[in-house]
Formats: sequence, structure tokens, C-alpha cells
Amino acid sequence: MASSQRPLSPHLQIYRPQITSVLSILHRVTGVALTAGTLLLTWWLVAAASGPGPFATVQGFLGSWFGHLLLWAFTFSLFYHLSNGIRHLLWDFGWGFELEQVRLSGIAMVAAAAGLTVITLIAAYVAAGG
Amino acid sequence: MVELTLPANSRIREGKTFPAPAGAKKVKRFRIYRYDPDSGENPRLDTFEVDLDACGPMVLDALIKIKNEMDATLTFRRSCREGVCGSCAFNIDGINTLACTKAIDEIKGDVKVYPLPHMPVVKDLVPDLSIPYAQLRAIEPWLKADTPAPARERLQSPEERAKLDGLWECILCFCCQTSCPSYWWNGDRYLGPAVLLQAYRWIADSRDEATGERLDQLNDPYRLFRCHTIMNCTMTCPKHLNPGKAIAEIKGLLAQRL
Repeated sequence: MASSQRPLSPHLQIYRPQITSVLSILHRVTGVALTAGTLLLTWWLVAAASGPGPFATVQGFLGSWFGHLLLWAFTFSLFYHLSNGIRHLLWDFGWGFELEQVRLSGIAMVAAAAGLTVITLIAAYVAAGG
Repeated sequence: MVELTLPANSRIREGKTFPAPAGAKKVKRFRIYRYDPDSGENPRLDTFEVDLDACGPMVLDALIKIKNEMDATLTFRRSCREGVCGSCAFNIDGINTLACTKAIDEIKGDVKVYPLPHMPVVKDLVPDLSIPYAQLRAIEPWLKADTPAPARERLQSPEERAKLDGLWECILCFCCQTSCPSYWWNGDRYLGPAVLLQAYRWIADSRDEATGERLDQLNDPYRLFRCHTIMNCTMTCPKHLNPGKAIAEIKGLLAQRL
């Protein structure tokens, strides 16, 4: 910076959230969540390989209300990151850069992620005999 | 680097209030960022109550009225007052735009005016734009050609000329540059949307013969590829240009070159 004495003007603190920036930061957040979710999945697989005792512990945790919440978040993160990843792929082909297209593809992406999450959860609970 | 909070010398304190004249009927509150380099004190947010019945329609009209009638020390850049010079770019009501083309009655509640975001502040609403200007110089924004100059001008077909539409209109107000979170966190190495739109303006110019060199210079994880298609740039552009799309065009040209 030209002068370190000069104050920095406010940025995140004052910038009004835009549909563009909010969906973008959610892409980053769901990406981090997917990494965390993969650790959860690894824990489950390692426990399954270790024997009935450890597996029962993990199943008990994932079966709790908090475990369910984590699995819902993991599922939504997966579909959000997937849908927005496709949106990014289309942008990489140079398609969909007009503001109205950016807005509509954003809404469609969130709707697709939410829809796929609900369908998956319904299928999972039905398969589990819930 | 991502910094979610402001440095200690940049935190904003509550400032003074300048009440509207007695009898004013249509009063609007303007909350304006102030920083006085001579005092050594932290920036503050002053409140000016402006009588809209005695004020022009644009935010710039109110700023000029405040400077003329309420506090002559208020400091800001302005010139053309019709959206062609790019001087009066501020963060108004949470979004970067030109004060001269932003109508006061579009804004609900108090009108908050800050300098362009994440820039060193010289005084009040005046940011130090040295870095974006240096970045603009770095992309060499002029026509480069090795072939001898023709007797008259270098000609373009109407189709070739049309490729520059949406690019040449940029007034370098830096609204987009300072709306971009990527530029906030990596503004020392990422060129930013305004500068990249200018870079593409010369890449897209059929008369320019340095396209390869220009692409070489941009092919860098920071200079170009810190753009994550957040699109705040295009959302905020007061001239309705599309820096996000221009950056994607550059990325596409680099991908095709591989």
C-alpha cells in the first residue's frame, strides 16, 4: 500500500450481499463441508472394517438427531456443489454471463440442489424402513 | 489474504450530526464516511440531515449541497456530473456506483456513503487509486503493432469494430474493481475486473498485433485466475458493462491455446 498510515475503507462490513456473491461463498462453504463429510464417511468405513463394536458406536452417533443433521447438511452440500459446479462449467464455455441469466441460473441451481436433497432424503428414509 | 475485520486504525466511530434547517419538510439523513488525515483520529460516520425540497435529485447533488451549506471540509472527487468521467464513484447504499447517476429516491432509509471498499483512504471519500492505476499501466493499454503504419488509419471491418462494444465504454471508475472480494483479498497480485476488461479490450482489437504477448502476461494463477466468477463486478457496473464476461473470454482464449 502507498501509505500504511492510511485507514482501509470498509468492505465486507458495508457491502450489501448480492445474489452473486452469496451463492459464490456458499460454493466455497459447501466445498469445505464436503471435505469434512468425507472424513465422516471415512470414519464410518474404518469403523465397519474394525468390527461390530466400533461400527455400533458410529451408527449410534449417526443415528442421533445430530448425526441426522450432519447427514442432511452433507447431502445438501454435495448437491449444491454439484449443481453450482455445472453452472461454473457452463460459464467456462462462455455461456450465461448476462446478468439475468446469472440470476436465473443461480435460482435454478439452488432449486435443483434443494430438490435433489429432498428426493435423496426421502429415498434414504424409505429404504431404511423409516 | 482474507481479513474479515478492519485494522485498528480503520475502525469507524460515530461522528457529528448536522441537523436540517428549521421548517424543512422532506428530510433525508445522509450517513457519510469521514477521515481527516491531519487529526490522526480514526474514521467516523457523520450524519447530515438534508432538506430534499431544496436539493437536486441525485446523490451527488446532496453531497455538493452538504459541502456548500453544511460542512465545507467534506472532501470527494467529482467532475462531469453525468456519468462519463468516473470520478464520483463511492459505495452508496451498500453498492458501488456513481453518485451523479444514483437517484436519492431509489434509496430506502438513510443514504450511506462510503469510499470505494478495501482501499487506502486519503481523506473522507477519496481513496488512493495508485495500485489500480499501476495495474492498468502493467497491461499496456494502447495499440501495439509491428507492421508499418499505413498512410491513413488502420482499418477495421464493422464486425471487427463491433467486438469492442461493451469494452471501450469503460470510464475507469473502479466500481467493479473494488466490489470484487477476490480483489479485496489479493489486490496486490490479482489485476481485478476493471483492468482485465481493459486487457480484453486490446486483445479483442483486430488492429492490435500483441495478442500473444498479452495472453502470456495474463496467464498467471493470480493476475487472471484469481477471478472466481463471483460476478459482483457486473452487478455493480454503473455503465452496465460486463467485466465478468470479458474475463471469461480471456480464460477461454488461454484454454484454446493449450
